[in-house]
Amino acid sequence: MAIDASEIQKVAHLARLSIDDSQVENTANTISRILELVDQMQTVNTDNVEPMAHPLDATQRLREDVVSEENNREQLQSCAPAVEDGLFLVPKVIE
Amino acid sequence: MYDKSLSEQSRALADGELSSVELTQLYLDRIKQLDGNYNSYITVTEELALDQAKAADERRAAGDASALTGIPLAHKDLFCTEGVKTTCGSKILDNFVAPYESTVTRNFKEAGSVMLGKTNMDEFAMGSSNENSYYGSVKNPWDTQAIPGGSSGGSAACVAARLAAGATGTDTGGSIRQPASHCGITGLKPTYGRVSRYGMIAYASSLDQAGPMTQTAEDAALMLNVMAGFDHRDSTCLDREVPDYTANLNDSLEGKTIGLPKEYFSTGLDSEVEQRVRDAVAEYEKLGAKVKEVSLPNLELSIPSYYVIAPAEASSNLSRFDGARFGHRCENPEDLMDMYKRSRSEGFGEEVKRRILVGTYALSAGYYDAYYKKAQKIRRLIRDDFMNAFEQCDIIMGPNAPTPAFNIGEKSDDPVAMYLSDIYTLSVNLAGLPGMSIPAGIVNGRPVGLQMIGRHFDESLLLNAAHRFQQATDFHLNTPTTA
Repeated sequence: MAIDASEIQKVAHLARLSIDDSQVENTANTISRILELVDQMQTVNTDNVEPMAHPLDATQRLREDVVSEENNREQLQSCAPAVEDGLFLVPKVIE
Repeated sequence: MYDKSLSEQSRALADGELSSVELTQLYLDRIKQLDGNYNSYITVTEELALDQAKAADERRAAGDASALTGIPLAHKDLFCTEGVKTTCGSKILDNFVAPYESTVTRNFKEAGSVMLGKTNMDEFAMGSSNENSYYGSVKNPWDTQAIPGGSSGGSAACVAARLAAGATGTDTGGSIRQPASHCGITGLKPTYGRVSRYGMIAYASSLDQAGPMTQTAEDAALMLNVMAGFDHRDSTCLDREVPDYTANLNDSLEGKTIGLPKEYFSTGLDSEVEQRVRDAVAEYEKLGAKVKEVSLPNLELSIPSYYVIAPAEASSNLSRFDGARFGHRCENPEDLMDMYKRSRSEGFGEEVKRRILVGTYALSAGYYDAYYKKAQKIRRLIRDDFMNAFEQCDIIMGPNAPTPAFNIGEKSDDPVAMYLSDIYTLSVNLAGLPGMSIPAGIVNGRPVGLQMIGRHFDESLLLNAAHRFQQATDFHLNTPTTA
């Protein structure tokens, strides 16, 4: 399936990426070629096949609902771009 | 001593022939002297390594040493290592010092192993050539014009060049086996769920698995003994008993059946590579194994299925890189959206952006059934093909890659051509099976590996078969002349 320049801009926005105007066409072409490769999947009939999420068909484990992690806030924030009073700082969201 | 295997070094340390400090210093000196040629390390942790070596020697003196105590290892720069820069080969993590330790590297720490440093890799493990690293391409020690393979190319190159006794790698679609094959070393991707993924920076969570990269099968068994096991911090880790992987290395192969999938020997396979693989299989016949043709009819569909599932999972996993909590943040963002978009666009490389776009598209409204769900259905067909083949054989053998290592730059402008070269490895991840590559000869100065695939949790048999082969042949002893 081919994807055009306006569609690729839409997908890029969903992925929170920006594509340079000069690169849009090139990117759309490359992604279209990848989607063409992927479209080979449509050649097989899979009507009665269950999708497989885990090769050993394992399911999610459950555990007791108890606190298991320690509070490591300072350590975990040591690599943050900007923090203040234990909070992550980001550009203003609410006027 | 650097040219000896990890197992031999382990015995030498136990016999007191040398100390871990001496061995570690030997490697640190070699890295300084030689790694400029290969670029296999992103970070060398010299001071930490010497501290750990000293602690290992003290531990040995106190009578508390195990096989891996004092052994100098390199870790792929995708394992979080507390207090040490962890980049995943990406600009977006260039300033990231991990605040916690992955389970795999913690296990090695607890065993008393030494960490020499963190190895180069394709950004976020996306690539088959190691050309997608923010820190530059890794060069193949056998021929520095050639790629080392990817994405664990730094780990493969540093073991091949004898710049570490062994290394960790990760394999999502071939990223341990293919570089091991191209660099002439031994590499094992365990069963999905055998080794904890906790603290591994995620690429495609339903496929990622860590494993050892070493000179020999015996070395790989020793490393896997430390790596394998249940971990409550990884929700897909499986709670199965961990055998001693060295226990069955010498078992006879008499009566074992090797399956050769006819689809692995069809068009596109280099004839010289095919010859090395067939010669290796003939060696197994001498060791008592029987050989049988089997079929994996949906093999070709592993490429489209993988290149939907992996990018889809990646697009979700990589959404955590938002410039807010860790990693690169752009200068002076105007608002939140600007911060997200510029931080991510500046921080990610081309191939990573490509896979995020493909994955986002495949998961977007209206396309989910046609792409992700369809790919998961095909994934089941591929797994079932293997299950059927394993009714008739114990180990599947074939090539890892259609050709020996290609040249740096040869395919870097053509992502689709690059994806097609993954044909022999992807299906093993989709099926969650253990897979291995061992050296099987040289073509035009570049190594060729034999791929072996086992039933789920049959790592012991793969290691046994690899060890018997290495007792009978000396391909694994070849070293690149440049090292």
